[in-house]
Amino acid sequence: MTVTSLDPQTLGRVLPNRLKSPVRRFLTSWELLLLVVAVMVFITNSFASPYFLDPWNLSDATFNFTEKAMIAFAMGLLIISGEIDLSVASIIALASTAMGAAVQMGADTPTLVLVGLTVGLLCGAFNGFLVTGMGLPSIVVTIGTMSLFRGISYIVLGDKAYTGYPSDFAFFGQGYVGWVISFEMVLFAALAVIFAILLHATNFGRMVYAIGNNPVGSLFSGIRVPRVKFTLFLLTGLMSGVAAICLTSRLGATRPSIAFGWELEVVTMVVLGGVNILGGSGSIPGVVIAAFVMGMVTFGFGLLNVPGIVMSIFIGLLLILVIALPRLVGRYLARRKA
Amino acid sequence: MTGFLKSREAILAGAILALLIGVASRFPAFVAPANLANVFNDTAPLIILALGQMVVIVTRCIDLSVAANLALTGMIVAMINTAVPGLPIPLILAIALSLGAMMGLVNGLLVWKLDIPPIVVTLGTMTIYRGIIFVISGGEWINAHEMSDSFKAFPRASFLGLPVLSWIAIVCVVAFLLLISRTPLGRAFFAVGGNPHAAVYTGIDVGSTQCAAFVLSGMLAGLTGYLWVARYAVAYVDIAGGFELEVVAACVIGGISIAGGVGSVGGALMGALFLGIVKNALPVINISPFWQLAISGSAIIIAVAFNAASSRTKGRVILKKAEHAI
Repeated sequence: MTVTSLDPQTLGRVLPNRLKSPVRRFLTSWELLLLVVAVMVFITNSFASPYFLDPWNLSDATFNFTEKAMIAFAMGLLIISGEIDLSVASIIALASTAMGAAVQMGADTPTLVLVGLTVGLLCGAFNGFLVTGMGLPSIVVTIGTMSLFRGISYIVLGDKAYTGYPSDFAFFGQGYVGWVISFEMVLFAALAVIFAILLHATNFGRMVYAIGNNPVGSLFSGIRVPRVKFTLFLLTGLMSGVAAICLTSRLGATRPSIAFGWELEVVTMVVLGGVNILGGSGSIPGVVIAAFVMGMVTFGFGLLNVPGIVMSIFIGLLLILVIALPRLVGRYLARRKA
Repeated sequence: MTGFLKSREAILAGAILALLIGVASRFPAFVAPANLANVFNDTAPLIILALGQMVVIVTRCIDLSVAANLALTGMIVAMINTAVPGLPIPLILAIALSLGAMMGLVNGLLVWKLDIPPIVVTLGTMTIYRGIIFVISGGEWINAHEMSDSFKAFPRASFLGLPVLSWIAIVCVVAFLLLISRTPLGRAFFAVGGNPHAAVYTGIDVGSTQCAAFVLSGMLAGLTGYLWVARYAVAYVDIAGGFELEVVAACVIGGISIAGGVGSVGGALMGALFLGIVKNALPVINISPFWQLAISGSAIIIAVAFNAASSRTKGRVILKKAEHAI
């Protein structure tokens, strides 16, 4: 990201202390703190509303975050590498519009899935080309493509909507694999495992961290920085396509305003999950727990009849607090030490 | 450097001229002085906000909360007006300016004191400010008949042949020209954006300068909030939704580098005018207004690509790829 205010000395990247034992590291980790928050939210919710602990209600609650979390996994990797993609919600709109148009031409479900994924990939490739191929700052590029992709949806749809999706297409967003376990939940869990392995147990994952910490150093140690970043943009586009399929299937209709404002929630989820917005650090388990926290909080508010826009105040506050608190605490500790 | 900037602005002026000639060749009425004045008046809010955004971007930050700030200030002054209809306009202007400045100050302090990246701060405050509008208004609209006549008349009042709204935009442009070229603060913005480390060694406080830029941007957003609500005679939660992107687009088109340190008042002005003319020309040449979003998106991408292409020669060849990567 180019627009961060940028004094390495004052921002000082905190390197994790690898000398501590894994248990102690876990006990002082962001993930554990998040887990405690998640449990607390869960307990508060079950006291706040008698309907919360119903298994079907809990299953419904997962729809609040599964689609966003799928994008958040890829976005997490992208942010760790030091880039950002603000166009994800618009990719959903464009992919959904393309699927809607395909339905009008009589496409069947496998074709629809293919269309959704392809549009996602193409959008990701376009972002990736502009950022890595032309060397443009990702923040401006994706603000631009955010308008462009959704703009195309508006040109195609205007104030109309696409409906009439085939009935077996509904499985992706409304189907259940067994009892209260939805298809989306299974997909979410599978993607979480895949992305965790990709980031934490492969060469590719190490490269992502290396690039986020020092892009020039990475280049000189033989990492093909532009290629890795391009892949990450592709991946983010692809995941947006997957989310578009799930969301369109769940809603059963496409309007150009679909998933409006999701980019903010996805970025919040990633940052809440402990990913450094300046790149270089973060983990997939953190993002997974953050997804649960956000999903449970919005669902709890929903049960208490809090309007959506008031929830967005909460999400905005959460985004700022999550970044501000560790800095304040760190500063306080440093002052006590001195 | 000045020569380069001048040529860049010349290109932009040429683009605007070509655009006008293109539209005029089919619809001569579009370039009639009265219509051009209308287009300018319609673009005035964008011009005012682009000026504030310019100084923020020049200091290596970005302010995505301007539209929400505008809407919140607009709602508050409209509510004050319905509660106390007799309040004189200068007082309302002062309230709007200080409310906006306060919201800018919140952004600025978070960036300055807590070192939080500006994009995160303003994404957050953007949703918070929008949410607060809903909380204080309960989702209700404030309509024309609830506002006092003098409140609504101010931006439309004619002075020397132009509406007050246009005059305010002109005053802002002149004020920013003076601020940028004739005051220490104006130079500090560029010093901070151009090279923060060097700025520190020359005795400029980077954080407080960035904070000042946010306060300026917030102040102008607050001012525009009142003008917007009074001009359209309605206030509700979603006014100026997504306008922040148009403002950033105007700056990027105007050649203001998102990496900081490069930009000019003329650039911001012409970037805003370019978008304003496109917006007003679309219905004239019979294109659906739904094209607007895609056009401004493409304009952002083309402009940023153009900016990068014209500054690329500076990079050392051996590190070219590496510098892209950063």
